[in-house]
Amino acid sequence: MSIHFPETNWFKAPTGGERVWIGLALAWCVVLTLAMPYWHFKGKQNSTGESYRVAPADFMARTEKFVGTNKVGELKGVPVVQPAPGGDAYLVAMMWKFYPVLKLKKDQTYRLHVSSLDLQHGFSLQPMNMNFQILPGYDHVLTITPTISGEYSLICNEFCGFGHHTMASKILVED
Amino acid sequence: MRAPALEGDLPVPEEKPGFLKGNHAGAVRTCDTTGLPVCLEAQKFIQLNAVMAVVALLIGGVVALLLGLTRWPSVHLLPSEWYYRLLTAHGFNMLIFWMIFMEIGILYFAGTTLLNSRLGSKALAWLSFGLMVTGAVTVEAMVFAGKADVLLTSYVPIKAHPAFYLGIILFAVGALVGVINFFLTIYIAKRDKTYAGSVPLVVFGAIAAAIIAVVTLLHGALVMIPTFTWSMGWTEMPDPAWYRLVWWGLGHSSQQINVAAMVSCWYLLGTLTVGAKPLNQAVCRGAFVLYILFINLASAHHLLVDPGVGAGWKIWNTSYAMYLAVLASMIHGFTVPASVEHALRKKGFNKGLFGWLFAAPWKNPGFSAFFLSLVIFGFLGGITGVTLGTQQINIIAHNTLRIPGHFHATVAGGATLCFMGLAYYVVPLIFRKEYPLKALARLQPYLFAAGIVTMAISMSFAGSYGVPRRHWDLEFTGSQFAVGFDSAAHFMMGIVGVGATLAFTGLIIFVLLTVWAVFFGKSNAGKPMESW
Repeated sequence: MSIHFPETNWFKAPTGGERVWIGLALAWCVVLTLAMPYWHFKGKQNSTGESYRVAPADFMARTEKFVGTNKVGELKGVPVVQPAPGGDAYLVAMMWKFYPVLKLKKDQTYRLHVSSLDLQHGFSLQPMNMNFQILPGYDHVLTITPTISGEYSLICNEFCGFGHHTMASKILVED
Repeated sequence: MRAPALEGDLPVPEEKPGFLKGNHAGAVRTCDTTGLPVCLEAQKFIQLNAVMAVVALLIGGVVALLLGLTRWPSVHLLPSEWYYRLLTAHGFNMLIFWMIFMEIGILYFAGTTLLNSRLGSKALAWLSFGLMVTGAVTVEAMVFAGKADVLLTSYVPIKAHPAFYLGIILFAVGALVGVINFFLTIYIAKRDKTYAGSVPLVVFGAIAAAIIAVVTLLHGALVMIPTFTWSMGWTEMPDPAWYRLVWWGLGHSSQQINVAAMVSCWYLLGTLTVGAKPLNQAVCRGAFVLYILFINLASAHHLLVDPGVGAGWKIWNTSYAMYLAVLASMIHGFTVPASVEHALRKKGFNKGLFGWLFAAPWKNPGFSAFFLSLVIFGFLGGITGVTLGTQQINIIAHNTLRIPGHFHATVAGGATLCFMGLAYYVVPLIFRKEYPLKALARLQPYLFAAGIVTMAISMSFAGSYGVPRRHWDLEFTGSQFAVGFDSAAHFMMGIVGVGATLAFTGLIIFVLLTVWAVFFGKSNAGKPMESW
């Protein structure tokens, strides 16, 4: 019984079905262990986790500079900014908006820097459903290559106070 | 097919070669049902902790219904502030207070009754209980007063009232004192030679849970103390990435206490309901050791899409050793049902491959809750957990409803349901009161399980359409930019509401029957409990 004391020499190697099951389970765990690094190198959607420490004010200054040199228009009062293909793009999250709206070219690769000015936020791209964490004090670099043109929603999916559910923006991808 | 003798067929204590002379100095009674010794002091504290656990379950449950009805798009009940406020309350009541109060009770039971010993220290038990209650009440007061709308995780820089963090620290210290009292009990039992040989399997599992609890609570102190001093304005704010790393050493590991405690209760309920016996003690115990060694690394998979830690760190910490903890669950997932099968076959239910399963005492809520918990935790909770813990899949799942879809299967469908099943024995055996309306009690685990399964699956589907967790408004009303989700996502959110309502029905039946039994139930003192 599980609630009674076992016999004195209870230590014995697994036998029969138990032994087979443990072997199968262990083999599956080995497969899983190898699968994750395999997909990291082989898969097409991965994050390297590249990030740098940055003071929120410095990150905002970089974003303003980026907006100043690359602004191509405005959408609902928010600047629309087109980074140079292959270049850096900046996106800052704050309560409760993203700044600026990015306009990207299909099949071009960008280094997208995201950070926060205040609380923790979420970078959730819909309907692609790709999600990353945004932390204040960290420049999170996502190397991205949009492959389908269109208009995407960007929503915050980390609770950031009572306006959290209104925090949304757009990312535009054109041919 | 079913032999009438089986229902409520409690195991007649076999030979207990390990029991020697107890150390209770008279403060002990012999259980009229199992013949086991019950330390009266421990019994009192098991009762106190169980009562607090059920109070937390009730608060968390009422709040859960309101949350479910808010996320049901066509109902959308609560205003946004109250949604987030009650979400904070729901997390604390369900994941922390209900679980930990219950587990301290389980530790006192395992250390005393199963080892034939007295409780380590009455003073420590009072200290632990007092601190936990003070901490819990403080946290509740702060949350319901709107001074801590920071959700369970309270990720810095979001800031709550200092008393909120202090409440968490007090609760954690209280729990730690309870765990120390459990270790003290084992030490005293060993010193007084109340038993000989190795401890029973359930005690072994409880020790595993207690060791994980120490690791967890130390992480809690490490992260909550600097957060408290920051909220007082005494120190700088903890780094947000550091906070997330260490907080999850608390947040995820505390769920691993639940896993180890739940698995111990599976073995316990297997024995109490059908007389199951582990096939191989070494295998079961080895699996608990794997939990102790590796399960803390499961915390790392909360950071899979974070800045601050690189891909190498993420892959290393979430693959090699986390899977050894998964292996432990795979082993228990085999040995627990195997022991039930073995016991039922020995009783003569040998027809075909699954004859034993059909013959199992499904009308006994202790058994049905235990077995449904095993199935829901293993299939729904375990598979989603391992899937979400993969680096690539986490990108499409992080902070979506797929995450609560996973942990409602593990914590609600798994641990909570298992502890409900445990209550169907704790109340008759420790409180010595009979449950009223037994037919309703028999139905209860099925209702709760159906609700949780419905909710967990629909949450997972909604999450795969990108619906965020911890979010008040799928429509993004008042947002600068319109956001639209697939109509399937809206449909799934409706099903979440239906599942939540169903689960709440199961939960409230459990709470009402249990409260009724404890305070007004028919006493069974002096005779064996009525069979389920």
